[in-house]
Amino acid sequence: MVPALALEAITITFVSPDGARYTAVRDTSLRVAPGEFVSVVGPTGCGKSTLLNVAVGLLQPSAGRVSVFGEPLAGLNAKAGYLFQTEALMPWRTARANVAAGLEFRGVEHAEALRRADQWLQRVGLRGFGDRYPHQLSGGMRKRVALAQTLILDPQIILMDEPFSALDIQTRQLMENQLLELWSANRKSVVFITHDLEEAISLSDRVVVLAAGPESHPIGEFAIDLPRPRDVAEIRLTPRFIELHGLIWHAMREEVLKSYAQQQLH
Amino acid sequence: MRNSSSTRLLRLWQVLLLVAFLAFWYVATSPTLLPPVYFDDPNKAAFFFGEPLKVFERIWEWFTSGSIYAHLWVTLVETALAFVIGTASGLAMGLWLALAPTASALLDPYIKALNSMPRVILAPIFAVWFGLDIGSKVALGVTLVFFIVFFNVYQGVREVSFTVVANARILGANDRQLLRHVYIPSAMSWVFASLHNSVGLAFVGAVVGEYLGSSRGVGYLILQAEGTFDINAVFAGIVVLTAFALLLDWAVTLAERRLLVWQPRGGETEKI
Repeated sequence: MVPALALEAITITFVSPDGARYTAVRDTSLRVAPGEFVSVVGPTGCGKSTLLNVAVGLLQPSAGRVSVFGEPLAGLNAKAGYLFQTEALMPWRTARANVAAGLEFRGVEHAEALRRADQWLQRVGLRGFGDRYPHQLSGGMRKRVALAQTLILDPQIILMDEPFSALDIQTRQLMENQLLELWSANRKSVVFITHDLEEAISLSDRVVVLAAGPESHPIGEFAIDLPRPRDVAEIRLTPRFIELHGLIWHAMREEVLKSYAQQQLH
Repeated sequence: MRNSSSTRLLRLWQVLLLVAFLAFWYVATSPTLLPPVYFDDPNKAAFFFGEPLKVFERIWEWFTSGSIYAHLWVTLVETALAFVIGTASGLAMGLWLALAPTASALLDPYIKALNSMPRVILAPIFAVWFGLDIGSKVALGVTLVFFIVFFNVYQGVREVSFTVVANARILGANDRQLLRHVYIPSAMSWVFASLHNSVGLAFVGAVVGEYLGSSRGVGYLILQAEGTFDINAVFAGIVVLTAFALLLDWAVTLAERRLLVWQPRGGETEKI
């Protein structure tokens, strides 16, 4: 089967203005099947976000190929939606207008775009909040708006860069469950970047572990055979989850320590 | 409630301060109330500093006879034109240079030079170019307003959050949509931040232009009064201008509140 997203032998080297080179990612390959939920975990600073920026076409890799449903990627990835770690909503647009933005950019009629935006706001539990501006919403609500803004375009591939890392643990579990619910209703390929191993296991079909940077690369891949539908809070207590967690953590621990030691050096 | 009563107290003190100032002005300049302290002639203080009652008499006369309205209107039209043209051109230029790094690098030293130049000195040249009618006043106002807006927009566009731009692009915005839905709204908030300044400067441009040579406007009135050593009329003109400037500032505040609803204001706690 043709993968929805294939990163092949990707190397990303940044050159700073003074000529210093920094290779964030070296020789990394990642394939995501249609409808598959893949999490990428790794210690901070291991180039996870960089990899995602390459997948969406914001960044050109120094070497390697990106292909989307078999086609080589040129420019921005039109089949992908991207959920940013930081605030990405347009602060001058209301929640409704933010959700409708993508449709309007693609030429959907204004009234129709707003109507569909309202449906999506309802779907993410923000019915009645359409007229609020982002600064009038809490962090969790803004994330829901961002989620609706991305999903309304029905992208074949959803790229998520630690989308829930800024939320408190309760809000986060609510959002994770909501994400799973939306995803199971309409299965797309998901690449979910996180540094939280529990989050990765409870959401994914497969977890890819990256080594500590620089020159990060995958050091392990684990299929998550937990049954679906899942409740992210409850599944953490099952024996299989704990077993998987122990397995992956064992592979990760050394890298986390390495990354920590490197940060101490700087 | 405590808050509103303390605000009222503050207002009361502000009014008292004004009254005290006017009383001091009145007593110090009256030819009969005090013996001359500094000047040899009791009328000299009034000659140099005017007399508050006569100043208000003059203002009253201007408004009741209606002679001031034509002048106020001219000054207002000059201010409005300078403001609109200066803001529009500053916005356009700021957007263009912020989004075209090559042009920006090329023009950078010239823009800096033009901005550092004391532009009020251009007034006589504008009088030659555009005549003594409103054209030269508008031109002066435009040069003052343009740079304020230009620099704010330039800065504003360059400081648009990278994430917001990237997100809009991924959502499918093309360059034109990016300009219309991301760069311009973002720049507009910077334009509004400079609005008080630019309206004030448009007004300065109009009045200074009139003062340097004109046949109409409040600046012209002041110039006339000065020519005949009518210090009371000069002060009356200044008071009218000040009141007018406050009115413009207030109008800007109203416009700002309506147009920038999306920006958080201090003390707003509507989060849920």
